[in-house]
Amino acid sequence: MNQGKLPRSGLGSLVLIAAVVGGGAAAFAYTAGWFSPGRLTPERMIAALTPPSGPPLGHRRNHAKGICFTGTFEANGNGAELSRARVFAQGHYPALGRFNLGTADPNAVDATVRVRGLGLLITTADGEEWRMAMINPPFFAVSTPQAFHDLLIASGKKDPEAMKAFIQANPEFGPFAAWAKTAPWTGSYAEEPYNGLNSFVFTDAGGGDHTVRWSLLPSAQPIPISQADLEKRGPDYLEQEITERVRTAGPLRWTMVTTVADPGDPTADPSKAWPENRRKVEVGTLIVQRIEPERDGPCRDINFDPAVLPQGIRVSDDPFPAARSSVYRKSYDLRAAEARDYPRTGTAKP
Amino acid sequence: MTSAPHRFALIQRVLHWLMAVCILAMLFIGVGMVSTVAPKYLPLILVHKTIGVILLVLVLIRLALRLHYGAPPLPADLSRPMRFGAKLSHQLLYGLMIVMPLLGLGMLWAAAYPVVLYGGIQIPALLPQSDLMHTLLWNAHVYLGFAFFALVLLHLAAGLFHALIRRDGVFESMSLLPLRDRVTQAK
Repeated sequence: MNQGKLPRSGLGSLVLIAAVVGGGAAAFAYTAGWFSPGRLTPERMIAALTPPSGPPLGHRRNHAKGICFTGTFEANGNGAELSRARVFAQGHYPALGRFNLGTADPNAVDATVRVRGLGLLITTADGEEWRMAMINPPFFAVSTPQAFHDLLIASGKKDPEAMKAFIQANPEFGPFAAWAKTAPWTGSYAEEPYNGLNSFVFTDAGGGDHTVRWSLLPSAQPIPISQADLEKRGPDYLEQEITERVRTAGPLRWTMVTTVADPGDPTADPSKAWPENRRKVEVGTLIVQRIEPERDGPCRDINFDPAVLPQGIRVSDDPFPAARSSVYRKSYDLRAAEARDYPRTGTAKP
Repeated sequence: MTSAPHRFALIQRVLHWLMAVCILAMLFIGVGMVSTVAPKYLPLILVHKTIGVILLVLVLIRLALRLHYGAPPLPADLSRPMRFGAKLSHQLLYGLMIVMPLLGLGMLWAAAYPVVLYGGIQIPALLPQSDLMHTLLWNAHVYLGFAFFALVLLHLAAGLFHALIRRDGVFESMSLLPLRDRVTQAK
């Protein structure tokens, strides 16, 4: 189209253009991780969570079995000295949540799942949201997201040497294994504490930062039950029990306690509990007023992404909230696309 | 030569290059943030959302400026296919600049995520939660994002082609640098 007009440097210019375009494409591919098969992506974490029988289509990729609740978070005002978040000003705030089991199988038998969880979303009038997802162990199983991935891979292998090798490489798993083996089971979601485990930074009205962890402590008295006895009560006993308990006994309560780290405490490692004598502040009470099945319930649409935080709370040096946020989002994208596999009304799939 | 404007207005040129930097950054941040679980995921997604909303505002200003000032004419000797390609690619670029932030916002709304930008600025949701809508918007955002990057590379290649090979003043019409004496192309 412009024959005869190409200057002498035409070839060099073409090479330069090709290099710019090729280099740009290569940089993009590198950024996307296409040259980095070893990078821990949300896809790889979800692949590690997926059981051999296949993904739980239409469900969360972990903590897949659960039941919705709604209620209120009643702030007593004590949290305001730690964080300027509106949710700590004395008052009542709508709460939406989900009791769940730490399994990728939405049809798991309750007595086969050691870890129980609670997802929670508290909304304030200014439209801010605080989302969190807590579990009942007092500390997390591992120190890093990579170690969690490795745990999933090792525990999925039939070879017993795989777990041995994992524990050798990740000795922090020892206390968690001991907890799993020895901590008493209960027969109710209502009798469990739910621990945030990850640390976050609270910023007070004066701009002061406080690194904290939080827990929900049940007002219901835990009644130990053996795993065998729980199994006898049926595969979905926990959901039946919590529904019945709220229906007959009324609202359930948990006290939210925040624990403030001292300088030097392991804020980046949720597998390490902080010393018992750390300052604790009771900031409010979660009141669970209504239970609804997940299929058509209000918690179904919610991703309890722990990085959704109001002003006055932010992530700390703990690497887990970012990793969880990334993986939870991927899980949400997947299950939203699979909604037809988990239809909202009608009978359950055979 | 001097009768018709042969350059875009300064404000148009400034906006072009500002948005070029932001759009390239957005494409790289977008593809990078969804492929990591590292702590940088959270600042990346915050920046992505914030720049995305800024770009939506900027493209509307830019469109208004384009309608007001117009564009310098393409060189008379440009072949018809190249004219057509130039026109089509610019329409696609404008379309993507407008649509991409809207798809991004829409997919977050349809997933019931609060949209909070840098500095705690909240964008109210204009869509209800919907699995189907989220899936549609999310897929469109992702795949059009790849198409956008391909188009940006093509645009870059075409710009360099005009600057280095054709030397026909098209690149200079958008350049931020002061115009040198326009060289005559025929030798």
